[in-house]
Amino acid sequence: MGKTIAEKIIAEHSEVSELCAGDIVQAKVDLLMGNDISGSMAVNIFAKLNNPMVFDKEKIALIADHFTPNKDIKSAEQAKVIRDFARKYALLHFYENEGIEHALLPEKGLVKPGQLIGGADSHTPTYGALGAMAVGIGATDLGAAMLTGWIWLKVPETLKVLLKGSLLPWVTGKDIILYLISIIGVDGANYKAIEFQGEGISSLPMESRFTIANMTAEAGAKTAFFPVDDVCKNYIKDKAVGEYSIFTSDSDAGFCDTLKINLDDVGLQVAVPHQPSNVKHVNDVKDLNLDQVVIGSCTNGWLEDLRVAAEIIKGKKVKPGLRLIVIPATRSIYKQALDEGYISTFTEAGGVVSPPTCGPCLGGHMGILAKGERALATTNRNFVGRMGDKGSEVFLAGPAVAAASAIAGKITHPDQVIG
Amino acid sequence: MILEGRVWKYDNNVDTDVIIPARFLNTSDAEELKKHCMEDIDLSFSAEVKPGDIIVAGSNFGCGSSREHAPIAIKASGVSCIIAQSFARIFFRNAVNIGLPVLQVEETEKFKKGDRLKVDIEEGVIENLDSGEKSYAAQPPCFLKEIYECDGLVNYIIKQGKMAK
Repeated sequence: MGKTIAEKIIAEHSEVSELCAGDIVQAKVDLLMGNDISGSMAVNIFAKLNNPMVFDKEKIALIADHFTPNKDIKSAEQAKVIRDFARKYALLHFYENEGIEHALLPEKGLVKPGQLIGGADSHTPTYGALGAMAVGIGATDLGAAMLTGWIWLKVPETLKVLLKGSLLPWVTGKDIILYLISIIGVDGANYKAIEFQGEGISSLPMESRFTIANMTAEAGAKTAFFPVDDVCKNYIKDKAVGEYSIFTSDSDAGFCDTLKINLDDVGLQVAVPHQPSNVKHVNDVKDLNLDQVVIGSCTNGWLEDLRVAAEIIKGKKVKPGLRLIVIPATRSIYKQALDEGYISTFTEAGGVVSPPTCGPCLGGHMGILAKGERALATTNRNFVGRMGDKGSEVFLAGPAVAAASAIAGKITHPDQVIG
Repeated sequence: MILEGRVWKYDNNVDTDVIIPARFLNTSDAEELKKHCMEDIDLSFSAEVKPGDIIVAGSNFGCGSSREHAPIAIKASGVSCIIAQSFARIFFRNAVNIGLPVLQVEETEKFKKGDRLKVDIEEGVIENLDSGEKSYAAQPPCFLKEIYECDGLVNYIIKQGKMAK
């Protein structure tokens, strides 16, 4: 029987040439990633090992992004731990106030097709948009792997998702992934890889692919893969990533299941509290007033997301009493949004633009909700207490619904505020 | 290893945000984290949990964020093991890596809050001391057993000198 991409990439990175789904193997990583929360814990774990030395100073990226710009003394100390570590071991890739890890690493050209990446953050599968096998790991994993260069992995089964048809107006990757999660559930892909195939992919810009791969984590996926097609090759062309290998699944590879999604069926989606799988069409979520709208995060803080939002908001005003917070995912995206006039659009409308940070997405800072408050966010989780008090609510949607809802003051289809 | 403790019972999809909310992630101090363990879904947990107690849950326990603070907070609370129908994958590996036993059992609905359980970790046998009924957990693969025997990945690597390949 043929092999899946996941089986091929793991085989390429292990000393076991014949492996299949279910095997547990040790695999050599091409890149490790940690942030101020996971990375600081990993650094402390690394220090417990015998005479630790990093396995490769070029293959460890530490990014201070969750509680940065530092929100309090304790978080400042955490960021300092990874900053000092990066300096001590002369790591080539330490970034602070430059952006959110999952947008920053692709932007910096650190991600390329065929890599095996271990990231101490659950949204690490994002890099699968570029054909890399990227898996979320923990802090102990990261601390140990910074010494050894190896992680233990179960070879995942692969769920094939075929995308057909073409996108409806305003629909982006966020709607597609919410639609998928609503079908398979929050553990529908637990321990599995999700491989996206089909002609519908060609119409998806990279931003939508990153968003989809990012939120496969919300279905429990270990990793996700998009094909390395012309859109992908164009994205990495000017990033100086160097040589790379493209892996594809064999035609007789063993997929655990195949699911078809016709993009023409995917309308604008909203995930209502408290699971990302509680998904409704935007028109079925009515009369819910909002206290806050957040446009940003590793899921939807891309330039394309800001462009869509700015197109809807331009020349209008945010509903009085509603707080609109826009967070470009990286400094470079912030600069481009500035050049394109999007930042002016948001601020003139009555919104505020934050420096790049994970911030409110995880209830960290820069937009925490009080008891009884309701937010709509382009972020990735709507769990109990995710953005603040356990008595607050988070609704998830893409940038078009978020922008329209900021204008209307309640969850709204973009067509209702345009024109 | 034989463990004994009382059951704390939870539902499906217990996410790591409710196990330890992100507002407490500006520290990795286990003693600090345990004070807030489960507080967004169960205020009584941190006040009443006793050493040896056992968390029993439905499917997909530990879903969401990769924060290792979640199993650390649970372990620091004195919980001796977690039994669930299934675990989210990063939580599972984090628990293994810090030496917190996690057992997969299909029929967790028959356990009630407060039940006294006796768990044989090596054999995967769970005995309900109140009803006398026994359940059997799926056996972990050999490699993971070696990590358990070392009480976590750090000690495993110190013992091995490096990762076994």
